[in-house]
Amino acid sequence: MAMLLEVFRHLFKKRATLMYPFGDREKIPVPEGLRGKISFNRDLCIGCGLCARFCPSGAAELIEDEKGKRPIFHIDRCLFCAQCEEVCPRKAITLTKTFEIAGFDRNNLVVK
Amino acid sequence: MSFSSSYERFFDIPIGPQHPALKEPILLKLIVEGEHVVAADVDVSYTHRGVERAMQERNYIQNIYLAERICGICNVAHTLCYCQNVEGLYDVEIPSRALYIRVLVEELARIHSHLLWLGVAAHEIGFDTLFMYIWRDRERVMDLIEEITGNRVTSAINTIGGVRRDIRPETCERCLKAMDYLEERTKYYKKVCETDPTVIARCTGVGILKLKDAIRLCAVGPTLRASNIKYDVRADDPYAVHDEVPFNVIVYDTNDTLARVLVRIDETLESINMVRYCIEHMPSGPVRVRLKLSPPVGEHLSRVEAPRGELIHYVKSNGTEKPERYKVRTPTFGNIPALCEMLTSKGDYVVNIADVPIAFASIDPCLSCTARVVMLEREKGKLWVGSLDGLRRWRGWG
Repeated sequence: MAMLLEVFRHLFKKRATLMYPFGDREKIPVPEGLRGKISFNRDLCIGCGLCARFCPSGAAELIEDEKGKRPIFHIDRCLFCAQCEEVCPRKAITLTKTFEIAGFDRNNLVVK
Repeated sequence: MSFSSSYERFFDIPIGPQHPALKEPILLKLIVEGEHVVAADVDVSYTHRGVERAMQERNYIQNIYLAERICGICNVAHTLCYCQNVEGLYDVEIPSRALYIRVLVEELARIHSHLLWLGVAAHEIGFDTLFMYIWRDRERVMDLIEEITGNRVTSAINTIGGVRRDIRPETCERCLKAMDYLEERTKYYKKVCETDPTVIARCTGVGILKLKDAIRLCAVGPTLRASNIKYDVRADDPYAVHDEVPFNVIVYDTNDTLARVLVRIDETLESINMVRYCIEHMPSGPVRVRLKLSPPVGEHLSRVEAPRGELIHYVKSNGTEKPERYKVRTPTFGNIPALCEMLTSKGDYVVNIADVPIAFASIDPCLSCTARVVMLEREKGKLWVGSLDGLRRWRGWG
């Protein structure tokens, strides 16, 4: 009967469920160092291609632009392991705390 | 098969691969006489993903994240086992702070896995109130894992040569506070499971696995310890810093599902103490050594006590940046024969069809991790068992 007492006690307690995404958005705890959406700084990149070589899921793709070789990141393939951030010699890649990145179009999910 | 029966008829009842009582695809072929299950056969091969083959196509760094995805819930155990394995090829010493962080995260993952299982078990016996409360408290552990590693589930904390992140002092404080809360709640759940009439009625005497059967069928993990066998890789073959962190191996002797529930609750309490010990005794220093991408030629085998039982990884390296062969043996694979034994009525012990879901859930099955290829010559009725040397000759390695 230990359970009945507990259930009764919970009638007067605060609700544990967060009503995300319709409310309680600000209550979602986002800790320091969360691995979210990639951000890429083109000016720092030297086009070494280490991110594409170590990416476990093929999210980093090496292409050529007017300044030379550079990666683009397909967020729909990304595992958020931060391996690219770790191997980048120039700190051009950082993982931000943005986690709401779902979308209907894959083309919007490319970080350039 | 021949059975003596008053009904004179046996029925085949297939449960799964898609069934409301199952969380994952498995086919349980039950032969029933009236309400009693007299024999059970299992097919687990609905989720074969070819992970071992895929590992041979990726380099050692990429494989950390692939190994992590063998099992979502025991991801820390898989990466730990993988990293220990590859580090074994290099013959390198890992900094002790890294080992403490590994054990800390491993034990947090064990707490979360055991609480998850406890909730699922409560759900299987129709006790959804308990399920909701347990999962609410499990969120505290998930938040801690998120804060330490950067992600709720796939932690990606272990890497070859140590861990990828250091733990912050304020996180340690929050961790200790959460452990106090969890200890109180886990003790309360233990009281509920020991006294609640629903839990006792549904779990006592269900899914019996006797001591000699557990040894004969090579059960692993909490399933084995609920059959009164004191075996735990952390105690018997200590890895990381488990030889320094004190803990008790929990055993129960009633052999049934209730014993498995209580083993897991007590292990959660032990893990809470281990987390405290790790935080209080964590040495300072570096958390990682840098290693070359290609390990030397060789082979290595490593064992880890995952939340579900003994986990074994084997690697063979040929000196390139990709492994030549990788083999994983997950705990559920070891518990499948024991499951068939639990589902077979024998003498006084009868298995009702209604008890099948909780008996099946009591081994904490994780089937996506389990599907492996076994060679079977059906016409001759012969199982093809290869020795390591035979396998080498067959693959042309010998």
